[in-house]
Amino acid sequence: MSEPVALKLTAKDFKSDQEVRWCPGCGDYAILAAVQQFMPELNIPRENIVFVSGIGCSSRFPYYMNTYGMHSIHGRAPAIATGLSVSRPDLSVWVVTGDGDALSIGGNHLIHALRRNVDLKILLFNNQIYGLTKGQYSPTSEVGKITKSTPAGSADAPFNPLSLALGAEATFVGRTIDSDRKHLQSVLRAAAEHSGSAFVEIYQNCNIFNDGAFEQLKEPSTRDDHLIRLEHGQPITFGKDGQFCVVHPPGGFGLEVRETASTPAEEIVVHDATVDDPAYAFALSRLPGFDLRNTPIGVFRSVCRPSYDSVVQGQLADAKATVSETPEQQLAGLLNGGDTWTIVG
Amino acid sequence: MTKQVRQLERVVIRFAGDSGDGMQLTGDRFTSETAQLGNDISTLPNFPAEIRAPAGTLPGVSSFQVHFADYDILTPGDAPNVLVAMNPAALKANLTDLPRGADIIVNTDEFTRRNLAKVGYASSPLDDDTLDGYAVHPVALTSMTIGALAELDVSKKDAERAKNMFALGLLSWMYSRPHESTLRFLERKFAKRPELVAANVAAFKAGWNFGETTEDFAVRYEVKPAKMPPGTYRNITGNTALSLGLVAAGVRSGLPVFLGAYPITPASDILHELSRHKRLGVTTMQAEDEIAAIGAALGASYGGALGITTTSGPGVALKGETISLAVALELPLVIVDVQRAGPSTGMPTKTEQADLNMALFGRHGEAPVAVIAPKSPSDCFHAALEAARIALTYRTPVILLSDNYVANGSEPWLLPEVDSLPDLRVEFATTPNGEDGTTFLPYLRDPQTLARPWAVPGTPGLEHRIGGLEKADRTGDISYDPANHDFMVRTRAARIETIPVPDVEVEDPDGDARVLVLGWGSTYGPIGAACRALRQRGLPVAQAHLRHLAPMPANLGAVLRSYDRVVIPEMNLGQLAHVIRGRYLVDAIGYNQVRGLPFTAAELETMLEEVLKNV
Repeated sequence: MSEPVALKLTAKDFKSDQEVRWCPGCGDYAILAAVQQFMPELNIPRENIVFVSGIGCSSRFPYYMNTYGMHSIHGRAPAIATGLSVSRPDLSVWVVTGDGDALSIGGNHLIHALRRNVDLKILLFNNQIYGLTKGQYSPTSEVGKITKSTPAGSADAPFNPLSLALGAEATFVGRTIDSDRKHLQSVLRAAAEHSGSAFVEIYQNCNIFNDGAFEQLKEPSTRDDHLIRLEHGQPITFGKDGQFCVVHPPGGFGLEVRETASTPAEEIVVHDATVDDPAYAFALSRLPGFDLRNTPIGVFRSVCRPSYDSVVQGQLADAKATVSETPEQQLAGLLNGGDTWTIVG
Repeated sequence: MTKQVRQLERVVIRFAGDSGDGMQLTGDRFTSETAQLGNDISTLPNFPAEIRAPAGTLPGVSSFQVHFADYDILTPGDAPNVLVAMNPAALKANLTDLPRGADIIVNTDEFTRRNLAKVGYASSPLDDDTLDGYAVHPVALTSMTIGALAELDVSKKDAERAKNMFALGLLSWMYSRPHESTLRFLERKFAKRPELVAANVAAFKAGWNFGETTEDFAVRYEVKPAKMPPGTYRNITGNTALSLGLVAAGVRSGLPVFLGAYPITPASDILHELSRHKRLGVTTMQAEDEIAAIGAALGASYGGALGITTTSGPGVALKGETISLAVALELPLVIVDVQRAGPSTGMPTKTEQADLNMALFGRHGEAPVAVIAPKSPSDCFHAALEAARIALTYRTPVILLSDNYVANGSEPWLLPEVDSLPDLRVEFATTPNGEDGTTFLPYLRDPQTLARPWAVPGTPGLEHRIGGLEKADRTGDISYDPANHDFMVRTRAARIETIPVPDVEVEDPDGDARVLVLGWGSTYGPIGAACRALRQRGLPVAQAHLRHLAPMPANLGAVLRSYDRVVIPEMNLGQLAHVIRGRYLVDAIGYNQVRGLPFTAAELETMLEEVLKNV
């Protein structure tokens, strides 16, 4: 194969002519800018990129990308994108969704896209609130959340999106934050390189209905104590001076945070996103508490499994390889199949 | 012993037994033999939704009716001339359909005290007066089959299971059917277990020989081949014909076919059939639910495939939101609804035409789609091609309303030449269509078809965004402009309303009828048979049948107004009648039944005779 020609695209090439209409200050602006700036790296012609979304604030995203795009219906983007991706393996298909879209009304499609390992890059903007419908609690809102629809506090426990994705057999799971462009793009890069479904949760601030939900992860004075930046092959330590670390205590199932100073170096977990057993990534996904302390970001899991697209296309190719007739001849043979009889005029 | 041979014009046989007795297979084989002989045929399977209801009970009865004749016939027949009853339940469940004088062949081995009690027979109907007036032929089918296989190396259970082949052999002898194809079929079916080939062939031959030797069957019947147009035929069910029509649509359009489906009775067989045609570029996806199934199909259409989803009524209800999206996106999509009795789960294996309202109106907003319905099993092939043609040409969802009756019924099909099938090739947009030569306007319409360009991802220079939000005419940009919305709603309605469809044809041989019977979908056969019967009695009646329900044929209003009375029989509570009355202000009379079974020609004849009297 010859070297791909450099397309020399820029972020500007990915901006559509549509006026961006999110609320001023919305985290979606930062994500859009980061994605538009990242896209040229893919070196994929714009016409071969498709953004498919559902319904919600985040789902306006495709209108602002100068690629092909479809703003579909609530929760169904993974299903629609699956049909597109499996029938058009030449395309790079991205799904943009939110916590309500992906985890509430569209939960079923999300988990099935992940278990099939469809070649989709799924970006879930999680702001822990329903924004477009003006402020009801979402499936990622904390218990007791007081909103318009839950004046006495919500009664239901939230999903942990990464735990859910891992339980659904996802082969790539990552998390990043709207305001950290460099980190966001590093996770997008890893997702784009992954063959099969890549699930990326992006913490996104809704400054109108749930402002500051992730503030501890952004505020310079607190973020280093809260964020665990996962790096493949590196011991998991965090805190301003790396004073905390993650260990796997013997006899337990999960991971725990310890003080680095009192922990033998060999007990500190070295991050390996390629571990086949999803229990490791799952344990990572359970580290944060409700105050967002100990929140890992980065690539939790990235393992190889044949994509649904490649298996389906492989079956088609194998079947086609067995025939030498034209489609018309095959069809004639098919119609004349079974027990036939002839009436002579 | 030389037996008397009697000629018949037509015969209706019903094979009935327990779900596990293989009655569908027996019926299928008899049908195939009959097709080989050149009779015209129509069949009606009738089986419970339960895979294995308790053995020997009434809910567990499965039956297969085959009507064959030396002339062209339209229905599987109102009432059987012959009932094969493999157990007391099969006898009891079917006896009320049998006219006096009919032949009943019963498997006496199953008429045990226990089996009789299961269905509430206090004494054996073979011994009391229950069957007075019928020609009863008691045959110890099970024990004779076991006896015939005594020399073979098969278990008693396998030997017993071959009793349906004994019955088939006997009936094949009675009606002088050619048996070569059945013997070949058994060799294929049991290729991996030669002992079962031997057992089933032996059972079949034993049944045949029993007929030839026993004195109980003194007469053998013949039904001469029907005069049918020359050509090559095969017997086909509606679901298979519909599947082949979809495959053919792929070949004739040159597009890959993508089926998204979720298993549902009675549509699953289409998924099964299409999953076998990967060589022709057919992709099938068994989705996680009905919504994902249509979503994936729409996604594939967006990418340039012929997107299809197949389901039954409950599935269409779930797909409504996505159909509405497809209306807004103006992309091709074929939605197949094999209707069954509702509401809710209803009677999944029984037929009904009660989804017409849903097909025409069952979406939010003004969301018109094209709707067509096949009239017979083989017509499903052509209806599928027509659905694809409309979807591809006019970039619209099309709902194809089949039903359980045509889906599982079968009839001979005159095989078409591939070259004679419609040319469905489409042109994708490849260059900007704006006046400046660089802009792409995704909602700039073809003035003839009102279709927008189909610009598939991967086409350089035509990058654009579509979605469910209202779009501005031409540009496709999001628009909340009042006048634009009014224009777009009316344009989407006009898009469907102006699709040219063939005029409805009226069958009124003498041109003197004052009453018109209007039908749609699977009622074609029974209505046609009733009209023929009336005409033969000198009572003029006209028949018209709608294939296109949206848009309706341009001449329909004039046709309706040219008769004194319009009667609309439907297997629902008057859904088409309601539309016709509203649309054409014609005082149409509905004739409705929802028993899960097709109309009989006789009941329609009786009803129409009453109408004729009062015109």
